[in-house]
Amino acid sequence: MIAQALMRRRERRVLPGFGLSLGISLTFVSLVLLLPLTSLVGQLSQLSWSQYWFLITDPRLLASYAVTLFGAGVAALFNAAFGLLMAWVLVRYEFPGKRLVDALMDLPFALPTAVAGITLATLYSSNGWIGRLLEPLGISVSYTWVGIALAMAFTSIPFVVRTVQPVLEDLPAEVDEAAMTLGASDGHAFRRVILPYLWPALVTGTGLAFVRSLGEFGAVIFIAGGKPYETEITSLMVFVKLQEYDYAGASAVASIVLATSLALLLAINLWQGRFIKRLHGGRG
Amino acid sequence: MIRIGDAPRVRRLLIGAALALTALFLLLPLVAIFAQALMSGIDVYWQNLSSVYTLSAIGLTLLVAAITVPVNLVFGVFLAWLVTRFDFPGRRLLQTLIDIPFAVSPVVAGLVYLLLYGRNGWLGGWLDAHDIQIMFAWPGIVLVTLFVTCPFVARELIPLMQTQGSREEEAAVTLGASGWTIFRRVTLPNIRHALLYGVILTNARAVGEFGAVSVVAGAIRGQTNTLPLQVEQLYQDYNTVGAFTSASLLALLALLTLAAKAALEWRAARRETAT
Repeated sequence: MIAQALMRRRERRVLPGFGLSLGISLTFVSLVLLLPLTSLVGQLSQLSWSQYWFLITDPRLLASYAVTLFGAGVAALFNAAFGLLMAWVLVRYEFPGKRLVDALMDLPFALPTAVAGITLATLYSSNGWIGRLLEPLGISVSYTWVGIALAMAFTSIPFVVRTVQPVLEDLPAEVDEAAMTLGASDGHAFRRVILPYLWPALVTGTGLAFVRSLGEFGAVIFIAGGKPYETEITSLMVFVKLQEYDYAGASAVASIVLATSLALLLAINLWQGRFIKRLHGGRG
Repeated sequence: MIRIGDAPRVRRLLIGAALALTALFLLLPLVAIFAQALMSGIDVYWQNLSSVYTLSAIGLTLLVAAITVPVNLVFGVFLAWLVTRFDFPGRRLLQTLIDIPFAVSPVVAGLVYLLLYGRNGWLGGWLDAHDIQIMFAWPGIVLVTLFVTCPFVARELIPLMQTQGSREEEAAVTLGASGWTIFRRVTLPNIRHALLYGVILTNARAVGEFGAVSVVAGAIRGQTNTLPLQVEQLYQDYNTVGAFTSASLLALLALLTLAAKAALEWRAARRETAT
């Protein structure tokens, strides 16, 4: 029956290359994506439930979940505010150096994470350019949750800016005018008129920044220092267990990391899809 | 026309805050990389740069990029063609699968490859028996980099090819053009910029990948060190100047990537206003 359905569809295909592109795509996806991921399932299937539960509820690991979630939460909130500000300024105002600032927003994606990691660690260490200024104030960034949140925030800067920017560009000028002629103040008009319009993009961008922060490794480990129970992030725990040749443990932790980020990504996609549907009057 | 936030005071405040934060969070780290690299003078910089280990790290990094970029380019084009030009069961699923590398922590990506090809892995025994080394050698680095960078080209092409539709290509078919001719003469000119941008992003990530590569590389100096791994190793050895020397090369590449992106966007905007 499936073959029949495929045949029927085939008749409607005008363009060439279906078989070839299907073959190449499926082969690639199977070999590069699915096969390695199945090996994780294979490794985990050797564990009993109680063993698995024991591995993923190890106190040191539980502490790392808290550190990672908290750091990623702070980073995502920072980026929601910073990204909104940057998108607004880049879309609404003209000022010298605007194109340079716009280009710089993508730096965290272009710069390798290890480079970002050692740079932030050096800048905020107690004798670094910024750390030196913060130390007399009693603020230490290196080897604390502040440093972890900072590094996570750095690597996920582009998400909110780049999701909000195009939506703001498409906002018709009449919307502003209507709100302003009705006598609303700037702050009031922004909250009541602009913000609801930007909301889906803002939430999506913030969500993506959060997911990225949860999995971040290279940028965080240098500034975090990796003190057990205090500044160990979960992806570092995978690495630590691997260095101890504890493949079962590493796989168990990896499954948590993987499941969390996939679930979050799926939730963001579904939420976005629902919103787009509402926007287009029921058609997706 | 009156617009929200157009009062000079508001405008100055917001632009000022945006510039100050950008300088602090983005510009300062960038400057710091080069300042640290050149801290002991230009002579030491050149010495570090021309050391055997740095040169071999550059070589391996280029090799990884030279393999992964073309492979992912071909795959990305075929996948984009498949999901935007044909309707078939499982199309959505395929599009979701391709996003997995974006969601997966790079360390987890490295781990799954280690589980597959490592000594105790599914294929490990067979590989060992045939004396093929994949893990802790360059093929492993290439494989995880393929995994990590595979969505970029497809991700750039799919939305564009979807909005462009297939009318032009269908017209070419009725004129009797072959598949390759259609792609080269009709599709390629339309997707040229997005394709180039996808390649630039793939290359940037391939060169800079750290987490996944550090799991499978084993970091043998002069053999399996890519530039990002060398940066880490030198930094852990307290050789800050050396670490930032290699980092400055990667930062330079990042700047080139940003410049290329800005140039592509600028040209696209100019074409849009021209038409």
